[in-house]
Amino acid sequence: MNRETISDKLAAVGYVADRDIATALWLMEFLKRPLLLEGEAGVGKTEVAKALAAVHDAELIRLQCYEGLDQNAALYEWNYQRQLLAIKAREGAGENADAIEEHIFSERYLLERPLLAAIRRESPPVLLVDEVDRADEEFEAFLLELLSDFQVSIPELGTITATSIPRVVLTSNGTRELSDALRRRCLYHYVDFPDVDREARIILTRLPGIDTALAHQVARMVNAVRKEDLRKVPGVAETLDWAATLAGLELHDLRQEPEAVHETMMCLLKTHEDRTRLTREVTERLLGKVA
Amino acid sequence: MSPQARSPHGASSASTRVFDALWRNAGPPLPDFASLHPGYELATRRRLASFARTLRQNGFRIGLAETRDALSVLASPLATRPSRLQSALRALFCATHSDWERFDEIFMAFWRGRHMRTAQTLSGAPADNNKVSGRRVALAEAQQGPSGLLDQAARGGETTASGQGRPEGASPAENLATTDLRHITDPADIARAHALAARLARTMRARIVRRQQVRSQGRRLDLRRTIHRNIAHGGTPIELVLRRRKHKPLRLVILLDASGSMSLYTAFFVRFLHGVVDAFREAEAFVFHTRLAHVSPSLRDRDVTRAVDKLALMAQGIGGGTRIGESLATFNRWHARRVINSRTAVMIVSDGYDTGEPERLGAEMRRLRQRCRRIVWLNPLIGWRDYSPVARGMQAALPYVDLFAPAHNLESLAALEPYLARL
Repeated sequence: MNRETISDKLAAVGYVADRDIATALWLMEFLKRPLLLEGEAGVGKTEVAKALAAVHDAELIRLQCYEGLDQNAALYEWNYQRQLLAIKAREGAGENADAIEEHIFSERYLLERPLLAAIRRESPPVLLVDEVDRADEEFEAFLLELLSDFQVSIPELGTITATSIPRVVLTSNGTRELSDALRRRCLYHYVDFPDVDREARIILTRLPGIDTALAHQVARMVNAVRKEDLRKVPGVAETLDWAATLAGLELHDLRQEPEAVHETMMCLLKTHEDRTRLTREVTERLLGKVA
Repeated sequence: MSPQARSPHGASSASTRVFDALWRNAGPPLPDFASLHPGYELATRRRLASFARTLRQNGFRIGLAETRDALSVLASPLATRPSRLQSALRALFCATHSDWERFDEIFMAFWRGRHMRTAQTLSGAPADNNKVSGRRVALAEAQQGPSGLLDQAARGGETTASGQGRPEGASPAENLATTDLRHITDPADIARAHALAARLARTMRARIVRRQQVRSQGRRLDLRRTIHRNIAHGGTPIELVLRRRKHKPLRLVILLDASGSMSLYTAFFVRFLHGVVDAFREAEAFVFHTRLAHVSPSLRDRDVTRAVDKLALMAQGIGGGTRIGESLATFNRWHARRVINSRTAVMIVSDGYDTGEPERLGAEMRRLRQRCRRIVWLNPLIGWRDYSPVARGMQAALPYVDLFAPAHNLESLAALEPYLARL
């Protein structure tokens, strides 16, 4: 698959790509390296992985990282209830302990978690390791090992080698510095907030019924709001919410309805502090600038 | 066009043509550094190697694997368009956001010979690049001061030799620990006090870590191991295997006031800072006066004297008032999310004389308080007789401070350790 195909397919699955992402996705394929996406919350990092899965018509396996994520939750776990039942049943049948052990630590009792699932698929899936910066350093080191060997060892079962190498996308919000080793292993792409033009196209793609002029006004307005000193900068999802709301109110021109614009701003501003900061006057000033 | 670029090989691929275009005005070829990909054209390899080296000099972390991959990218169909090639190499060579932001300029300067300020090449490097050769550090410092964090400091130039040959490892000097830092004047005593500060910081750090481990015995059942061990008992969990809770180590963020009013104490705290940050991953240090600078990278310099000197240079001789509120705002906006987690203690070392508005300081303190676990404010003035925190800035900040403690001598610093361990 060459770069043009990827870029066409991205468009076909409804992902409005920025200039460089198609190249990065092609490069992932070409060099067999994971892709690390960084950027503010809400810029659409996760969307990239979803689009990639759609482009390759592959399954998307998602591992959401959090503080305290360990291998049990990320890699595999044994099905204890079934194991206990099996022990009881077999004991009743008079089997000896060794045979029971052999039995209950077999594939049948293994619960796959995302990482194990990702390397045991027939066709390569897309593995999304979301917000990897939330997991701790130990997990990061483990992940690095998995990403270079694509095999895991389960003490009771032996080594499991990947049947297919997944395409790996990692995202990070920058709440913690990632290790140099992990960064070096990955291709890097910084996802920024979309520019006005791209955001307008995103709105038009996602909300097909919307007025083109309104979509552009919304994109310009959101762009202006992002430049204000806010605690939570509105992301693309917020833009879409707001655009949908405005379209639902059957607005066609933001300038005509400053009142409605201000009232519906809650779609964009998610903290009390930001709400109070963007007063009616500020809204009108921004509207004057963008419309 | 450089002579190497006009390749005699008949199979002049599309990518070679792009390269020819890119090389126009690109200066004389630089020496070869490795033959990475036999069979590919030598000139291309050279140019790419020297591009990789330019990036490395700018603080990019690029290994042989990346250079090798870059060569295969050049041989790929992608290389037929310069803009594509640029974004491909960007994805490959960048590892952080700051790399990402500087890449295009360096790329243009290298391949197209576009104008680029020299300072950018030499000293735009991230501050944590302390493994580079002495020569390059010297270059960078000559350009814009230590680590490029505070440009005012650059005026100090080369006046940093003072700390060299400072005697280390002095015998424990008990009285020094209780003497007010202002009153230590004898150079030998100063040196001993510095050594003591460093050692106190080290023991404090070590003890924090040790207590973490002792306390981290949780009582959660480890089902996997329990079942495995009790198969012989028919699966009845007779022997329980417990799992210890994993604790994130305490993280310490220190904000040191380096304004004129603090100047008598700054040198000691800089030493203390180095002791805490050195080799301790979960500590971050910032210095502020009218602006805020992130100094942990400079402090991680293995060479103690050099690190402390660098920092002392940044901290010293800056007139003007202290803008605590503004510095905190910078911290909250740009650094807090990265360096603060739920187990972070923030330690502010300042006398609280703020030339900004107290309301601003109060608001920023409130924000900071929401994010971190504890705020400790160390004020050297508390040690003075008859001191009461009447400065308006101090008044505004106090409601958000968990511990307001003296820091006028080394003993008062050491007294903090049990408090931090309890967090």
